[in-house]
Amino acid sequence: MSYVVEMLDIRKEFPGIVANDNITLTLKKGEIHALLGENGAGKSTLMGVLFGMYQPEKGIVKIREKEVKITSPNIANQLGIGMVHQHFKLVENFTVTENIILGSEPLKGLVLDIDKAAKRIAELSKHYGLNVDPHAKIEDISVGMQQRVEIMKMLYREAEVLIFDEPTAVLTPHEIDELMKIMRNLINEGKSIIIITHKLKEIKAVADRCTVIRRGKGIGTVTVKETSEAQMAEMMVGRQVNFKVDKKASTPGEVVLQIDSLSVKNNRKVMGLKNFSVEVKRGEIVGIAGVEGNGQSEIVEAITGLRKVESGKILLKGKEITNIPIRQRIESGIGHIPEDRHRRGLVLDYTLENNMVLEVYNKPPFAKAGLLNGAAIKKYAKSILEKFDVRSGEGGASIARTLSGGNQQKAIIGREMELDPDLLIAVQPTRGLDVGSIEYIHKRLIEHRDKGKAVLLVSLELDEVLQLSDRIAIVNNGELIGTVIASETNENEVGLMMAGVSKERSV
Amino acid sequence: MRNTIVSLISIILGLIAGGLLMLFIGASPIEGYTYLFQGALKNISRIGDTLATATPLIFTGLAVAFAFRTGLFNIGASGQMLIGGLAATAVALTFDLSRPILLIVMVLAGILGGGLWAFIPGLFKAKYNVHEVVSTIMMNWIAYWTVYYVVPAYFKGEFLETESRKLAEESTLRTPWLTEMFQGSYINLGLFFGVIAVLIVAFIINKTTLGFELKAVGFNRHAAEYAGMKVNRNIILSMLISGALAGLGGVALYTGNASSIQIGILPSQGYDGIAVALLGANSPIGVFFAAILFGILYSGTGFMNAMIEIPPELANTIIAIIIYFAATSVLIHRVLNKFRKTTSNANDVNGPVGKKGDS
Amino acid sequence: MWTIIEQIFPYAIVFTIPLLITALGGLFSERSGIVNIGLEGLMISGAFASALTVNFLQDKMQGSTVLWIGLLVSVVVGILFSLLHAFASINLSADQVISGTAINMIAMALTVFLARNITGSGNIRITSGFTPFDVPILSQIPIIGDLLFTKTYATTWFILLVLLVSAFILNKTKFGLRLKSCGEFPQAAQAAGINVVRIRYIGVMLSGALSGLGGGIIILTYAGEFTGSVSGLGFLALASLIFGQWRPLGILGATLFFGFASTIANVSQVIPELAVIPPIILKIFPYVVTLIALVIFSKSSQAPKAAGEPFDPGKR
Repeated sequence: MSYVVEMLDIRKEFPGIVANDNITLTLKKGEIHALLGENGAGKSTLMGVLFGMYQPEKGIVKIREKEVKITSPNIANQLGIGMVHQHFKLVENFTVTENIILGSEPLKGLVLDIDKAAKRIAELSKHYGLNVDPHAKIEDISVGMQQRVEIMKMLYREAEVLIFDEPTAVLTPHEIDELMKIMRNLINEGKSIIIITHKLKEIKAVADRCTVIRRGKGIGTVTVKETSEAQMAEMMVGRQVNFKVDKKASTPGEVVLQIDSLSVKNNRKVMGLKNFSVEVKRGEIVGIAGVEGNGQSEIVEAITGLRKVESGKILLKGKEITNIPIRQRIESGIGHIPEDRHRRGLVLDYTLENNMVLEVYNKPPFAKAGLLNGAAIKKYAKSILEKFDVRSGEGGASIARTLSGGNQQKAIIGREMELDPDLLIAVQPTRGLDVGSIEYIHKRLIEHRDKGKAVLLVSLELDEVLQLSDRIAIVNNGELIGTVIASETNENEVGLMMAGVSKERSV
Repeated sequence: MRNTIVSLISIILGLIAGGLLMLFIGASPIEGYTYLFQGALKNISRIGDTLATATPLIFTGLAVAFAFRTGLFNIGASGQMLIGGLAATAVALTFDLSRPILLIVMVLAGILGGGLWAFIPGLFKAKYNVHEVVSTIMMNWIAYWTVYYVVPAYFKGEFLETESRKLAEESTLRTPWLTEMFQGSYINLGLFFGVIAVLIVAFIINKTTLGFELKAVGFNRHAAEYAGMKVNRNIILSMLISGALAGLGGVALYTGNASSIQIGILPSQGYDGIAVALLGANSPIGVFFAAILFGILYSGTGFMNAMIEIPPELANTIIAIIIYFAATSVLIHRVLNKFRKTTSNANDVNGPVGKKGDS
Repeated sequence: MWTIIEQIFPYAIVFTIPLLITALGGLFSERSGIVNIGLEGLMISGAFASALTVNFLQDKMQGSTVLWIGLLVSVVVGILFSLLHAFASINLSADQVISGTAINMIAMALTVFLARNITGSGNIRITSGFTPFDVPILSQIPIIGDLLFTKTYATTWFILLVLLVSAFILNKTKFGLRLKSCGEFPQAAQAAGINVVRIRYIGVMLSGALSGLGGGIIILTYAGEFTGSVSGLGFLALASLIFGQWRPLGILGATLFFGFASTIANVSQVIPELAVIPPIILKIFPYVVTLIALVIFSKSSQAPKAAGEPFDPGKR
């Protein structure tokens, strides 16, 4: 069997770091090859080189055994390489057809030949079982269909090598199965696939071989059938990984957060959350499980005050907080680790010190009569940064932007936990972080719960929810599907509920 | 420090461009600049005029810089000057009060007028997300026409229809001892107000909780909102203060440097405020010095024009070119970097920082 | 009443046309992703260029060729001037609003500087301009003929043609699709192999060309003299762009509105029925309405999503 893609000793540098340090990856024709590594290891960079978005400083790329220089995505396309990006590159107010033909537009004289393109797209869609509507606008279709549009982009250009970048991040377990079927279809039609991922289970499910990268270096290539998840994990992280979270049983106390029949509109002016109810007690972690975009953001924004409530009630420690200002909610004992640390969590252009007092700068001892007390702020920030092991170039005076993602997240967590909130809301607290940081953050969350506080965890990583939570509430399409006890359920059951099948109806 | 260097380089590049322009029209840059600086600084009277010319620019520079800090682009300083100046003029021509009280009321009128004029765009931005660039420009023209019709209707000048009645000397910001000290220049109390404003603004921005909030909103309004700050309130407040500062500029211009308000003119000091703010890197002290520089440029071109035939618009041109360079300061940063050869990335602790999103 | 409308119409249209073509220029720039506040300065530079050219040539050449040459020069100067903005915004990732403001200031200052140097007064007067004419046959049609086809300028028809061509290009051609993608999501365009930098340059240059043309038309149709200012028309064009929701037809509607509003304000003193309204109301009317319109349209804004953000190829 011949190699359709060979990337040999690739070296790619960015100012200050070596993203790829002599990495070799080969793809056999007709195989599914996984590229495994932690967040930040260098996987996307390597594929960026293959797809023509970056030029390597050193190394050779061979396609079908001929050496090539891929200087732009256009060249990559011509060579038959296509990429399904993790963050879709789709123009929202264009139609499916317009998105697919962008860059390779068919013409009838001077005019775009939309009809011809739409016809071809419909044919391809049927042939590969993709079920895509050529005339729908991207902003109106589901995430799963959007991903299939990305796949269509490659098929329309007759790609032979398809690169999938973290494709399952936005899919329900059911949609993930569908995607795997589609991938096997593609292989049967003679395509070859590279899948970038950090999910070991999925590698075991579809991949033939797997290349592991760690901190920019290639660790090795293994045959998936002959390698266990634990072995692959150790290659990925560099040490034995304990995936189980150590925690004692919870001893829940009184109710801290009570949500009654909450209905909230989302950004599209329709109900993103409908009649949702849940309770979180002292000393327990309640996890919200669901595929992205099914109401989780609306729940969190309603509790924290970032979004208006249409109907229903929110009570904190017995008092109603449904409509009170954000500042009052923070003062009443709500801490919030936001899902987007750059957008909500930090003022990136402020120093760490200023970020640490973002919610309390106007209270003594940090301010008196409107005047800031710089020394008090410094001291407070220093203590947080030490306690939570936040590493930065200049300590408290560092500009937040200069920290790594992991340290930024630790700083945010430190800030919130230092306020010792009765209710800590953690949304995607470990997104994009390395295993070491993930372990650390999980530990602190459990500590907080053991102190007798309430924790509401929202995460798209089902494993994280299953391991950390005491109880789990599952949302689908804005509705509560069911609440289960974590120790008495499993991934299949929760996965079904995430797809909308409620417990009573499941077999 | 970096910002100061960039500003200085922008100034030098602008002056060089000005020199080239002078060459282009057949004049000698050396002669031109000599006359320019002489015109601005040759004797104490001229220095006084230069400072007076700079004074409105201090205010508009502060106004624009302050708004910038909150992430807002106040192009409406001209209109705010007009309304502030109109209000102060109206007070001066209508009320018969003792001088100290009159001046205080005039200043308050200027603050209120300018503040009100900026309040509307601020409100629209906060509540409806209307871009303040377009709304402040609309307000500029509304102010223009307001003055155009209100002045002849109520405050008509005795001799000229195109300006208001002249203020009595006691109603202006001019004081005998200043005028004497600067030997007849039109320098006035406006300068002192300007310096005070610089100090107050610096204090607010750096030492108060208000400044903390305004900067946070300017840097990242989402994080500010998340932390409980009232973003809309801050946007409106920032525009109010910005407008008030510009209004004071109007007071300085129309009741200090001049003794009447003219119709049919949108004061260019409003747009110049943008240049002053940019050059001053949005810091109050920087604004002060940038305003003085522009004062020199404007004040000197009259003399220069009289001595050799270089159009006075040269000053405007130089200033405009300086802004262009300040706006494209990235280029200057890059050149500086080449000289500097960045030292190792000391922030690279615990993993790569790298480009956003690299995986 | 009817006679008033009859009288106003041609003037309103003449006033609208420069506004229309400038807004169209702004459309191309913003749809490609570059906010262009500098339309005012570009108009001024075009006005200056055409005034200078015609002033220089009007004694040496006969007929309207001079005028069309003047317009051509205004287009070229507009393009050249806009390159300053393009370079700053695209290559240097400068703040586009500041860069645009710099363009305005440079244009305002430099043109008067040069004009003063040439004529001594800063104003450039020309003695020839386009003459209004009645379209044969069509002007005889009752009502419509009087309104639309009498006392028209050649430039008016030219600009309307440009409008139609622009709408066609934007909606039906490959270039239009690519242009729009650069304004909505440049990273997607780049991934599709499109040269975002090149398209944005073209967008900005088009805005320079059309705005310069607009300035030139002002001089050669109703102004007759370069005075260093276009009285905020460039900003009004920007407002029309927003008002017209970044669509050619919308811009046509918005600019017609402003054209009529401004004309009514200008002639109000001469027309008895209108003279009773205080002139200040009429003068500020267009600006106030713009503000109101901005508020009303704020919720449903169709602004190009990526307009105003410097293009960062590395961003995911």
